[in-house]
Amino acid sequence: MCRIGAIKSLNYVHPSQALLLMESQQKGHDNSGFAMVMHDLGGIFEGYKHLPTLSMACTDEGLKLAEEMLHTAGFQRVMQWVPEIDPRPGLDIHAMPNYVFETFDYPKSSRQGDQKEKEELLLDMRLKLRKALEHDEQGFVYSFWPDVVTLKEIGDPRDIGTYFRLWAPDDKFTAKVITAQCRQNTNYDIVRYAAHPFFLQGYTALANGENTFYLKNVEFQRQLHRGYIGFESDSQCFLYTLHYVHRELNWPLHYYKHVVTPLPFEDIERREDKSQLLAMRQSLAHLEINGPNTIIGVLPDFTMFTCCDAKKLRPVVVGRTDDTVVISSEVCGINDILPDRDWETDIYPHEREIVAIDNNLEVQRWRQ
Amino acid sequence: METMKVQNVTPNDMPWKIKYDASRCTLCGSCVSACSFRAIEAKVERRRMVFSEGDLPDPQQRFSAVPVIRQVKDVRHYCRGCGICEKVCPNDAIGPLRNPDTRHPIITRCIGGDSIKRGGRKNLESAVRTLDKIRVGRISQMTDPSLDAQRHTFDLLAPFGRILPAKQLPFRVNEQNSLQVESSMPPVHWIYPVIIGDMSIGALSWRMWEAVAMAVAYLNEECGLPVRMCSGEGGVPVRLLKSRYLKYIILQIASGHFGWNRIAKAMPHMVEDPAGVLIKIGQGAKPGDGGLLQAGKVAEHIQAIRGVPRADLLSPPNHQGLYSIEESVQKMFLSFNAAFKFRVPVAIKVAASATSVSVFNNLVRDPYNIVGGFFLDGIDGGTGAAHEVSLDHTGHPIVSKLRDCYLAATAQGRQGQIPLWAAGGLGKTGDLAADAFKMIALGANGVFTGKLVLQMAGCVGNDMGRCNACNTGLCPVGITTQEPPLVHRLDVDRVAQNIVNYFLAMDTEFKKLLAPIGNSSLPVGRSDALVATDQAVADKLQLQYVC
Ligand code: SF4
Ligand code: SF4
Repeated sequence: MCRIGAIKSLNYVHPSQALLLMESQQKGHDNSGFAMVMHDLGGIFEGYKHLPTLSMACTDEGLKLAEEMLHTAGFQRVMQWVPEIDPRPGLDIHAMPNYVFETFDYPKSSRQGDQKEKEELLLDMRLKLRKALEHDEQGFVYSFWPDVVTLKEIGDPRDIGTYFRLWAPDDKFTAKVITAQCRQNTNYDIVRYAAHPFFLQGYTALANGENTFYLKNVEFQRQLHRGYIGFESDSQCFLYTLHYVHRELNWPLHYYKHVVTPLPFEDIERREDKSQLLAMRQSLAHLEINGPNTIIGVLPDFTMFTCCDAKKLRPVVVGRTDDTVVISSEVCGINDILPDRDWETDIYPHEREIVAIDNNLEVQRWRQ
Repeated sequence: METMKVQNVTPNDMPWKIKYDASRCTLCGSCVSACSFRAIEAKVERRRMVFSEGDLPDPQQRFSAVPVIRQVKDVRHYCRGCGICEKVCPNDAIGPLRNPDTRHPIITRCIGGDSIKRGGRKNLESAVRTLDKIRVGRISQMTDPSLDAQRHTFDLLAPFGRILPAKQLPFRVNEQNSLQVESSMPPVHWIYPVIIGDMSIGALSWRMWEAVAMAVAYLNEECGLPVRMCSGEGGVPVRLLKSRYLKYIILQIASGHFGWNRIAKAMPHMVEDPAGVLIKIGQGAKPGDGGLLQAGKVAEHIQAIRGVPRADLLSPPNHQGLYSIEESVQKMFLSFNAAFKFRVPVAIKVAASATSVSVFNNLVRDPYNIVGGFFLDGIDGGTGAAHEVSLDHTGHPIVSKLRDCYLAATAQGRQGQIPLWAAGGLGKTGDLAADAFKMIALGANGVFTGKLVLQMAGCVGNDMGRCNACNTGLCPVGITTQEPPLVHRLDVDRVAQNIVNYFLAMDTEFKKLLAPIGNSSLPVGRSDALVATDQAVADKLQLQYVC
């Protein structure tokens, strides 16, 4: 079973906090991997917020191929960060030869282009890279997006932290939003792509749970968007639905809950907006999820939210201080990183709400 | 000795032979008067008795005339094996026995010079049913717990009506950051996933029809199950058309257009919209063949409802002027628009066929988004009357065809836009919940059933040639007849109660199937919940093979 966590802060936070958040929850998962997505970057990336950063793990050939492809496409590298690794013996990690975090400027032709076009270009580029590097596992391309970096690896999360020297805080590698998860998807093959958080065009989602409507979701999503690929984990469906509802359909976030866990017909009938809710339930019947779940999501504007399944079969807690909000599967993780918070203000979201945190850390609870 | 006439028909040529025990018979006459087929009669037999009186043998004989019950030796009055005589006999003196040596299929054709007609289902015995080779095999446990059928709530509803792709929904975000509906959307009704399938008021007795209508009203108003029934071709009693119960009825229009005159005339007086309109193009039990109501069943009230004289009523195999799918769409569009002002979903019913997927693809791609349901009817379903050759030898099984249609929709990302409803022998073993559930997991939104409802009412027919005389108007239990004495055999209240109870039982069984797979709403297309114990079935339906 997964354990998930997320930190959103007014200040830049180092990933060591994410490791700490997850450490005490390790009994709940199998310590088979660690993955995190960071949004709203600080440190060395702070000056490059408007330019896309490529996050990738690859072989030497993979690196060459990817750089060639980016070069051909007109992307120009403006910054590169290679984490200093600590390859001490005895670490449980299936490391790749290279971890690449490179920031690029857009091709000249699209620099003046509108935002939407750039976003489509970035997605296309990432999909192309992913496909090209798939062969012989030359590389794993996790994200290619402004102000976002992704790190995923197979192994024990503590050792992965050690390997990337993430236990020691510094101010070079920080972000205001960090989402993290500590397990490879052992339901299926052990694949790097299968570890959440998943990322697509500014959206991040991670989940603790089982999606028993996985097949229905997958069969439907495959035809919805070119970026809906992979499906290495049943939780990927949550991300794609989020992306579809919020970006493709342009519906406000609170409708996400109505799509994934629609109200019972009986309740819809009593609502003023019943024609909208019914139409949604009908048209997106195949995006409904079933089974025990907790989802944490991040939007392109860095709004962070969480919600759970319609029967609250998987819990989640939101803890907060004045400058930080933490979401976690288990409260012990929050206790570790926010020991002095007023725990009476903790929120245990119920099955019919979305808890959303905006950039001022205002916490809103939207009743479905 | 009489000359033997081998061509003469004897009970041994018939599908059923009457076993009769004269020693138990009190000659009450009940069986003869109860047999609606006049397959038995009272006769007098000549008996010889040899006896001897006195101390030494002195054989003498005595002749006597004894009244007995005998089987009629006439193909027009052959025993159907319905067992009514046995039911009424107080002494267990009589009953039908299946005759494996029957020559009925041959002699009937030889004597009548006409094709054999009957009701019921396909009678050729088939191997184990496909659905019985499928099990709900993906059980939720451990991290993904099963639900509790008693405690959790379940959403057991299915759509009827055209569903728009999300991108076509006429939504706008308003100042309150909420979605607002900008223009009208096609009507969609969420109903119980089992529709009582189209059996016309001509095919059924008025009491049977009334019992079904009563059960449907009760299920809706007292049990909270939004079950709908389809009228079948042939109209609806005016009283019902003008009543508020019309909202539970899906009106059918078939190629004969019977009854539509009255429906049209009643429209200004309707206080509720009907639940929907179903345009019947074909029927699974006798594909390519039109409806057939034999004159014997065209009683006075049927003549009135349908607006016809007493005669064989044949619906043409095609809707006149319906030569293309586009045209059928057009036709729906017109009836939809003109008749009920876009408030009532209109669906189409076709017989499953090797070409069903093409038809479905055309409808699903129709840019007007008006087809509100694709009702696919396979073999093994019932019919009131058909030529036996059609019943037994034409048609297409439903399971793979339904799956093909669903997968065709999936390949285009259009699953659910035209709800798929399937029928054809579902519930044949008496267990409709299981069959329906499996069909739903294969991609159906819901199912429709007819023959099973007759069986709930007491139909004694089966797939091995028992009874199946629905076409004759002589239904021994009053279900498919318009003869007052036969109709009165049917206890309307008991039938309604049986139907209601069956639905309640089925509802519990649905939950018992949903709970272990951890779903609280219908798992439409969730084929990963199914496993097949037959490799060919698994391959064809894209299921996991298990053994
Ligand atoms: S079984 Fe039915 S058809 Fe046959 S004799 Fe008895 S009542 Fe008549
Ligand atoms: S009992 Fe009536 S409905 Fe049943 S098969 Fe016989 S004639 Fe048909």
